[in-house]
Amino acid sequence: MPKPSPERPDLLTRRVAIAAAAAVALAPAAASGQAASAETFAAAERAILAGREPAAAGLSIEMPQLSENGNAVDIAVRIDSPMSAEDHVARIHILAEKNPFPRIATFHIGPQAGRADVATRIRLAETQTIVVLAETSRGVVHRGSREVIVILGACVDGG
Amino acid sequence: MASATLPARITMPAEARRSEIVEIRVLARHPMERAIDAPGLRPVARKIIHTLRVTQEGQELFRIELSPGIAANPYVAFTTRAERSGELVFEWIEDGGVTYERRQSLTVT
Repeated sequence: MPKPSPERPDLLTRRVAIAAAAAVALAPAAASGQAASAETFAAAERAILAGREPAAAGLSIEMPQLSENGNAVDIAVRIDSPMSAEDHVARIHILAEKNPFPRIATFHIGPQAGRADVATRIRLAETQTIVVLAETSRGVVHRGSREVIVILGACVDGG
Repeated sequence: MASATLPARITMPAEARRSEIVEIRVLARHPMERAIDAPGLRPVARKIIHTLRVTQEGQELFRIELSPGIAANPYVAFTTRAERSGELVFEWIEDGGVTYERRQSLTVT
């Protein structure tokens, strides 16, 4: 904060007034920006499923049950699939229930992958359930989920 | 097309037998900056790598769309079936359109 200048009290009040005006002007913009980009978890899952009933089998998620640090959590996903031209996994979606952006990643693979076996490292805002949806070329969707306890959450929205 | 360099480590075998499934691990150094616009904090614009694409002779082998929910220094592992020798082209696309490219050759025996 700038030091108050006794000779120029008007300057300080002006600065404060400008800062306050800026804060007021920014707040609704920030809120609407957040709303525009934030698709809810349920909406994201619905959009991927597109009316299909997911199969609970065939998908395994490897992830620590408890994570000390939500800034980097390992996740590996494997789906049982012949990975042939006719029957292969085409897309793997990782969704986080309580992150500000529920769609974490989408992998696009195909028969050339040989195996449906992918991994990455994700940020988790808090303790929550991770859902993985895998879409196959035949229209089947495999679903798996895992609960992860997060000790130190990734401070996603600065709050 | 911009093709700046990005510090990255690509771990994959240099050689493979035909039809062998090889594992490829990619680690790039990047802050994956999330947009910060909370009150009391200096605003920071979002700057993440939103796509990593791997192609061979123009054919896409693998692609991933990333979000701010991916950890800094994005790590991605996947597999591919070794069918022919050649260069694998790794392209990272950053917010703003900058593309980083790396090539790694694979010899199929």
